[in-house]
Amino acid sequence: MTVAIRCRQLVKVYPGPPPVEAVRGLDLEVQTGECFGMLGPNGAGKTTTIEILEGLLKPTSGSVEVLSRSWDRDEAELRQRIGISLQETKLSEKLTVRETLVLFRSFYRQGLEPEEAIALVSLTEKSRTRVGKLSGGQKQRLALACALVGDPELLFLDEPTTGLDPQARRQVWDIIRRFRDRGRTVMLTTHYMDEAERLCDRVAIVDHGKIIAEGTPRELIQSLGGEHIIEFSLIDGNGRAPQAELQWFAQVPTVHAVREEDGQICLSVGEPHIALPALLNRLRDSGLELGSLTTRHASLEDVFVSLTGRHLRDAETNRP
Amino acid sequence: MSQESVSSSTASTRRYYPLLELVAARVREFYREPEAIFWVYGFPILMTIALGIAFANKPITQVDVVVAAGPGDREVESLLTSHDDPKFQVRILPAETAWERLRTGKTELVLVPHTAGGGFTFLYDPARAESMMARFAVNEVLQGPKRIPIEEQHMTERGSRYIDFLIPGLLGLSLMGGGMWGVGFVTVDMRIRMLLKRLLATPMRKRDFLLGLMLSRLLFMIPEVLLMLLFAWLAFGVEVRGSLLSLAFIIVLGAFTFAGIGLLVASRARTIETVSGLMNLVMLPMWLLSGIFFSSERFPAFLQPLIKALPLTPLIDTLRSTMLEGTPLIVLWPELALLALYGTLSFAIALKIFRWQ
Repeated sequence: MTVAIRCRQLVKVYPGPPPVEAVRGLDLEVQTGECFGMLGPNGAGKTTTIEILEGLLKPTSGSVEVLSRSWDRDEAELRQRIGISLQETKLSEKLTVRETLVLFRSFYRQGLEPEEAIALVSLTEKSRTRVGKLSGGQKQRLALACALVGDPELLFLDEPTTGLDPQARRQVWDIIRRFRDRGRTVMLTTHYMDEAERLCDRVAIVDHGKIIAEGTPRELIQSLGGEHIIEFSLIDGNGRAPQAELQWFAQVPTVHAVREEDGQICLSVGEPHIALPALLNRLRDSGLELGSLTTRHASLEDVFVSLTGRHLRDAETNRP
Repeated sequence: MSQESVSSSTASTRRYYPLLELVAARVREFYREPEAIFWVYGFPILMTIALGIAFANKPITQVDVVVAAGPGDREVESLLTSHDDPKFQVRILPAETAWERLRTGKTELVLVPHTAGGGFTFLYDPARAESMMARFAVNEVLQGPKRIPIEEQHMTERGSRYIDFLIPGLLGLSLMGGGMWGVGFVTVDMRIRMLLKRLLATPMRKRDFLLGLMLSRLLFMIPEVLLMLLFAWLAFGVEVRGSLLSLAFIIVLGAFTFAGIGLLVASRARTIETVSGLMNLVMLPMWLLSGIFFSSERFPAFLQPLIKALPLTPLIDTLRSTMLEGTPLIVLWPELALLALYGTLSFAIALKIFRWQ
């Protein structure tokens, strides 16, 4: 395995007042041929990090190596070898899909024919349609085609499916998977845990400008101790479980962790078929009544919550 | 690392020219935006019509009069100079020079003393409000108890009327406005839409992008200028004395220069408001001083070096010389060199300091 991207002790401080430390000592290594995802809430420093790796921002300190080259010395060569899709680019609405791709293709020494790139993202029928008339999903696929038209070895995608409906997201995922399956490397950012889980070979969870966990989605979920989650609520007057009970839940067989929020009790469980009967017996003995009960597989969201005590979706508002 | 292409076979044989594609993209964006077309092409014509038909009736505080050298010229000069309302700016010049100044809008009225009888011939353009006012004002002062015989000679010969003087001015104005707004707005708009940043993320050469913007502006300018000249010719009979090739050269140079200045003004601006403010700031002195509506030589001498250094002044001066007097390009080289210098410097500085994101 060769390394496609490596960065060490990456720091980015935006000058104030007050100065904002967007990235605070971040280490990363992306292998050639893998799809690597940075998962984190909005404002975690994902975009800053990826833009530094893309050579669009200068880090305050730290080292970056992309395809064994450095941005300072080899920018012209690197630009030929990578493809980028930014978080928010409004391509010219007046140009057609094909015209847009011919323009982008013209910047590269070698690459795909514009028609090939259009076919890759299934926009052949829209080839002569103006960009302004495309749907959100089609625009996002066009942005991908623009990133792919130089036939890059390495693809950077910043929030590739934000704002898209489920079907459009799956189409984007398919395009990214096919690219990865040809042995190419993908580096993406996302704040969707399902995107990280289903699309990425490895994931780094980013919070407050640092990586707080890294591994395959499976490894990360296993790190919780249990791959299953039992969630339930109790009906007892004010709907809260007493502290003593919480401690007791931790002793239920195969339970690894307990947390409570908004009246919901969440157990990380290794083997639900053992834990569940024991839990139900105990509740009956204490005369407590269940308000709701669900079991599900643990997700990266649970990993994030167990690491930070916050959810991905509302972590932003809790920033200090 | 596998370098196989998607549809295995196609090693791209097509040639791509990024500069050409950038220009083509701009041209397409432009002609697919109907409103922009009106503002770029319709507006200058409307302005020409409005100004050409109803020359602005601005009050005159100082009337520029030339007395052609001859008998009695001194007396007339002192008579007029002592008058207060309106104030006369009087010069005694050889008849040939006096006529030239009138023709190029530098003076309102020429008095030619008669060799016998003590009368005068008033030489002026009746189509110019200023000339008409000057004629009556001077007449009032001269006509004392003893009636002085007056003869009139009108300058209505083509190439010598105010409209002939005005058209090159408007042409320069339109080249300045079109170049600056045309390039400046588009640039800032692309910056706001993050399109500049996206392009920066490709191997595109920055120079190609900026040159593409300027070249596409030159293309848009062609119909604009042709329409204006054609309209002036059909409606007012304004003709070009010099060679059309020389005129075309000056126009292209002027458009290039102001596209470059527009690029420079827009090179750092992050919002449309900022770029609008900067544009107006840069253009205002030229609007006022560069001689669009009347000769810039009317401004006081201490301002002349500044006026001559503004990029619009050499553009309008050379346009006027070529259209009205047929001056060959070779004579105009210092002005043309100044223009070219402005254009090249602006482009070079813009390339250096351009903000891509």
